[in-house]
Amino acid sequence: MTSIPTPHANDLPESQHNSGDNYLNHSRGFASWAFTVDHKRIGIMYGISICTFLLLGGIFALILRTMLALPIANIENHANYDPAYLKHWMDVYNHMFTLHGAVMVFLFIIPGIPAVLGNFVLPLMLGAKDVAFPKLNLASFHIFVIGSLILAWVLLKGVLVAMFPGLAQYIGYGGLETGWTFYTPYSMDSNSAVVEATFGAFVLGFSSILTGVNFIASMHMLRPKGMSWFRMPLFLWALYGTAIIQLLATPVLAITLLLLIAERAFRVGIFDPNLGGDPILYQHFFWFYSHPAVYIMVLPAMGVISELVTAHSRKHIFGYSFIAYSSIAIALLGFFVWGHHMFTSGQSPMANAVFSLLTFSVSIPSAIKVFNWLSTMYRGEIHLRTPMLYVLSFILLFAIGGLTGLFLGALATDIHLHDTYFIVAHFHYVMMGSTLIAFLGGMYHWWPKMTGKMYSEKVGAIACAMVFVGFNLTFFIQFIAGSQGMPRRYASYIDDYQIYHHISTGGAFVLGSGLFLVLFNWIHSLLKGAPAPANPWGANTLEWQCSSPPPHDNFTDTPAAGDPYDMTEWQYDESIKGYVKAND
Amino acid sequence: MTALTLIPNPKSLNPQNKGYETTMINLLAQIGSRVWMPDNASNYGSEVDGLFYFIYWLCVLMFMMILGWMVLFVVRYRKRAGYEANKPAPHHSTALELTWSIIPTFVVMGIFYFGFKGFLDMATPPSQAYEIQVIAKKWSWQFVYPNGHVDNNLHVPVDTPIRLVMQSDDVIHSLFIPAFRIKKDAVPGRFTKTWFTATQPGDFNLFCAEYCGQQHSVMKSVVTVHPAGEFEGWLTDAANFLKTMSPIEAGEKIYNLRGCAQCHTNDGQASTGPSFKDLFGREEAMTDGSKILADEAYIKQSILEPGAHIVSGYQNVMPTYKGQLKDSEITALILYFKSISKHFDGNIPTEPLEKDDQAASEQENQSSQTTTEGQQ
Repeated sequence: MTSIPTPHANDLPESQHNSGDNYLNHSRGFASWAFTVDHKRIGIMYGISICTFLLLGGIFALILRTMLALPIANIENHANYDPAYLKHWMDVYNHMFTLHGAVMVFLFIIPGIPAVLGNFVLPLMLGAKDVAFPKLNLASFHIFVIGSLILAWVLLKGVLVAMFPGLAQYIGYGGLETGWTFYTPYSMDSNSAVVEATFGAFVLGFSSILTGVNFIASMHMLRPKGMSWFRMPLFLWALYGTAIIQLLATPVLAITLLLLIAERAFRVGIFDPNLGGDPILYQHFFWFYSHPAVYIMVLPAMGVISELVTAHSRKHIFGYSFIAYSSIAIALLGFFVWGHHMFTSGQSPMANAVFSLLTFSVSIPSAIKVFNWLSTMYRGEIHLRTPMLYVLSFILLFAIGGLTGLFLGALATDIHLHDTYFIVAHFHYVMMGSTLIAFLGGMYHWWPKMTGKMYSEKVGAIACAMVFVGFNLTFFIQFIAGSQGMPRRYASYIDDYQIYHHISTGGAFVLGSGLFLVLFNWIHSLLKGAPAPANPWGANTLEWQCSSPPPHDNFTDTPAAGDPYDMTEWQYDESIKGYVKAND
Repeated sequence: MTALTLIPNPKSLNPQNKGYETTMINLLAQIGSRVWMPDNASNYGSEVDGLFYFIYWLCVLMFMMILGWMVLFVVRYRKRAGYEANKPAPHHSTALELTWSIIPTFVVMGIFYFGFKGFLDMATPPSQAYEIQVIAKKWSWQFVYPNGHVDNNLHVPVDTPIRLVMQSDDVIHSLFIPAFRIKKDAVPGRFTKTWFTATQPGDFNLFCAEYCGQQHSVMKSVVTVHPAGEFEGWLTDAANFLKTMSPIEAGEKIYNLRGCAQCHTNDGQASTGPSFKDLFGREEAMTDGSKILADEAYIKQSILEPGAHIVSGYQNVMPTYKGQLKDSEITALILYFKSISKHFDGNIPTEPLEKDDQAASEQENQSSQTTTEGQQ
């Protein structure tokens, strides 16, 4: 199966795209995908499932925003509605925001970049044939599918039954309206399917842990000759930091969710004050995982940006070691800041002060990265291709997300802003403005490698502009609403806040249209895209040294690794519309 | 209160806090306050808003710097005809790295310090503060005053330190008054405390900021700040509503104020307990098989000893109101139930149940004080 040698980019340019063995045509049939141990196919399958969940969470985000723009959401108008209908309407809203939050967090943002881009790119960047434990990798994927189907079904059933109570006789009650955080004692009182939903999240945790183990082992064992730790691409450093968090924090989530299930099933008395438990303890447990989880979401995004900014600026990354160390610093410091979610909960002023101080310490490594990305562009040769446009969007949105964190880290201002739309805006800038934007940028960047097809730069640029404008319209206004006192998770609001909700909803539709255009561009590329050269961007990381799409075994011979960001040897060759190594 | 107004806000342009308006920060705050942060009405405003606008303008500066560099680099170094990157460009500088690590460290430590300082003021109420008990439950607020009066809205005197001692009956709620810049969770099984001094008379929004289920978004209330000298009068009148309102109005007020409405509807729908609509004069089937006519004696017994007879189909979950409701309050409730029952066709008195009698009032104050102590 490796009888066909890895083609060189400059000989027989046609053969590398159209004929020849690659991972996509290597074998056929459902089982050859569902039970494959090929990291590339697993990455693609993750990609399809995760984009499906993004679509699900996104559609419900649009429905949520639409509900908030209707007259019924304004409390002034409540007198015009039947009280029973109002309650029903609020139930639907509560189920929906829980679905949106839980699907986006557990099924898109947390697994997103590591599972899709990490799985596809990590072994290629290492010049390896696969991850360290290919079968374990397949097991993670199967566990992900099981866990995600449980969670998604519970959430979706809840929304459907809340909307159409008649359905309950066919699909049963259930659903979840506790918010994705499952705060006790509300999650004890709630008669929704807390146990089933937490079980789904519990199962997903194993997928996350096993992927983390696999990545760490791969980076320790499979680095090729010449790739010392400090010659490892920065995306891998970011994945390493992420994997540390997945390994250390996810078990705490698993324990927390088990305790929650035990509490509901057996009335143990850990979290429920009526049984002698402490509801604040739950928040400590929950955020001990969920704050580091924020860095599971954002570290890989930073890694993607580090790769993209250097490749499309055609210049060596600036401050390699500071970016690498800052990933590890964020991973470690991220464990000591969870209490900043609880400044108003009644935890002691001393704890508040310590958590506030530690929170500010995490801001420094993030700032270092931003300055280094900007400096990478200095005196480079910036190609404004779609991935680079996403880099620029990312830097601006991440800057806003990070800077607004200063208001929330400072105790006096956080007391006012906590649990308002200011928080909603802040975490959408960090999670969506950073992670989703980096995911899209990374998908465009590695798209030619994954599919062997080029995409339309024009449509890509228009979609990116729509996403950027729509995103800011939707969420920047929410900072203002929050500072004015609009609390979050509200199905309705007083008249003062109506204008903000109307603007935000308008923006959401621009954002949604932009994202559908991205999807259109990808589908169009799959059907009609021009064949991709092995190295369309001239990057020097190893994944660009095999053909596009890569053969089943990635590399015939393990390529020799040098400085991953020294791109001087790659010269543009018009005849193949890609870069070739000068000395070949 | 409407935000986003483009007309200068006279209040924010003329801060009453003297000696403060000279600072640069406050000038910036005035420019920003047309968009950000509601008008302040408490002692925290200058400190919280000052810090808010300091961080705000720092963010604007930083963002403009990042944006400026980005635009400059994209314009100067973008790939275009005739442009070749001047290679090799530097890709490391320890001096630069240290600069942009150390300067932000000092800046954020400064922000931490001012945030902490402001928070310490919030955490330490003055010893002579006027104390109000807060009970949060799905989905309403109860404010219990030192004389035993219970109200769904928070009333406070201006320029007086107020301490709120908060508890929750069910799940976690959070008391949030945007105009006062305060927020504190009400946690079941714990007492949490917060305090403030209102500086402007008027009505302000009070929200629940911690998600607490179905009607979270309508669990709102109003803070009324009374001008100097008017609060005591309001409190006396409010506590004496039995002397000023007709029995039906008073009964309905008690029904809404004292938590009856959480479990018993007045429109005929079953809830945690039976509805009060058409209850009076109806014959109820009990869990023990007996049948009881819902008359005055039965209703009074059900309020004072809720477990004595349980209506078939319901659980024994109601707490006793013994020592919490006076006889005249129970009478008002019974008259209110009569007024919403089709089984009752007699006359209901319209005169207040209690006379404005000095002696009676003193006695009542005494009894309600014992009640408050009993609750604690």
